[in-house]
Amino acid sequence: MQIQLNGEPHALDSAVTAADLVETLGLTGRRIAVEINEQIVPRSQLAETPLSDGDQVEIVHAIGGG
Amino acid sequence: MTQQFNDSPLTLAGQTFHSRLLVGTGKYKDMQETGEAIAASGAEIVTFAVRRTNLGQDAEGPNLLDVVPPSRYTLLPNTAGCYTAKDAVRTCRLARELLDGHKLVKLEVLGDETTLYPNVVETLKAAETLLADGFDVMVYTSDDPIVARELEAMGCCAIMPLGSLIGSGHGIQNPHNVRLIVEQSSVPVLVDAGIGTASDAAMAMELGCDGVLLNSAIAHAREPLRMARAMQLAVQAGRDAFLAGRMPRRQSAEPSSPFAGRINS
Repeated sequence: MQIQLNGEPHALDSAVTAADLVETLGLTGRRIAVEINEQIVPRSQLAETPLSDGDQVEIVHAIGGG
Repeated sequence: MTQQFNDSPLTLAGQTFHSRLLVGTGKYKDMQETGEAIAASGAEIVTFAVRRTNLGQDAEGPNLLDVVPPSRYTLLPNTAGCYTAKDAVRTCRLARELLDGHKLVKLEVLGDETTLYPNVVETLKAAETLLADGFDVMVYTSDDPIVARELEAMGCCAIMPLGSLIGSGHGIQNPHNVRLIVEQSSVPVLVDAGIGTASDAAMAMELGCDGVLLNSAIAHAREPLRMARAMQLAVQAGRDAFLAGRMPRRQSAEPSSPFAGRINS
């Protein structure tokens, strides 16, 4: 299946959770926030949140800005 | 012996702060300079932006929150780069998740890329949604006192009019409006945007502002660390000058030395 990850197409195996995606990207333990289809997914729920074909996933972090 | 002068702390959404200088984290040469400049500024509140994580590259690179740790600073996520109320609200909710339930945010909704002027229509919409969602909203806005009054009535915890355009360094272009906003407001007023050098920051404080938020003036100085200290001192000097009360302006000269007892040929 395919999702949109940070605005780009991203291919995934089926039966993948948001936590799996974060781990695959090497972001486990990093200070990030995840949004799926414009809804925040709390860190505590990433492992119980399955991804579906066509999901729009945003993963953000803090950067310098004024 | 140095005399101690009393001042009340800056209170924002129930938290108190001794520094009235708030700083941004953008435009520095590297993370080390970011951390050092912010430390040199004495700021307790530090604003940052929220952006998509770079994927597949530099995952182990330095993280902003390593040089401005939440344990040491009050972090103020901002909505810089948002042009709609919807994007600003999404960004604040992401920031709240990023910082484990943190409620204090700096709302800015911009009008266009040339001026980065606040879009007050979208700002009002976003403020309404965020306040209903439990956020403490410090709001970047124009120097329009009527808009400022509306934002305060809605429940924003700080009103932050621009001095001049973001990143322009043109200082405070309409001090009369800033003073009007200060005089009518019951919540803290901070000049946010446009500060170019120390005298601009001092002017904001002399107008009676409760604080100053700046970024480029330090980050783009030739020596950012020295300018960070200059800004810290300028904010303190301006605050003291405001509290001390300036002398009246006169139309003619008045000698500082007594008239009597002059030698006279």
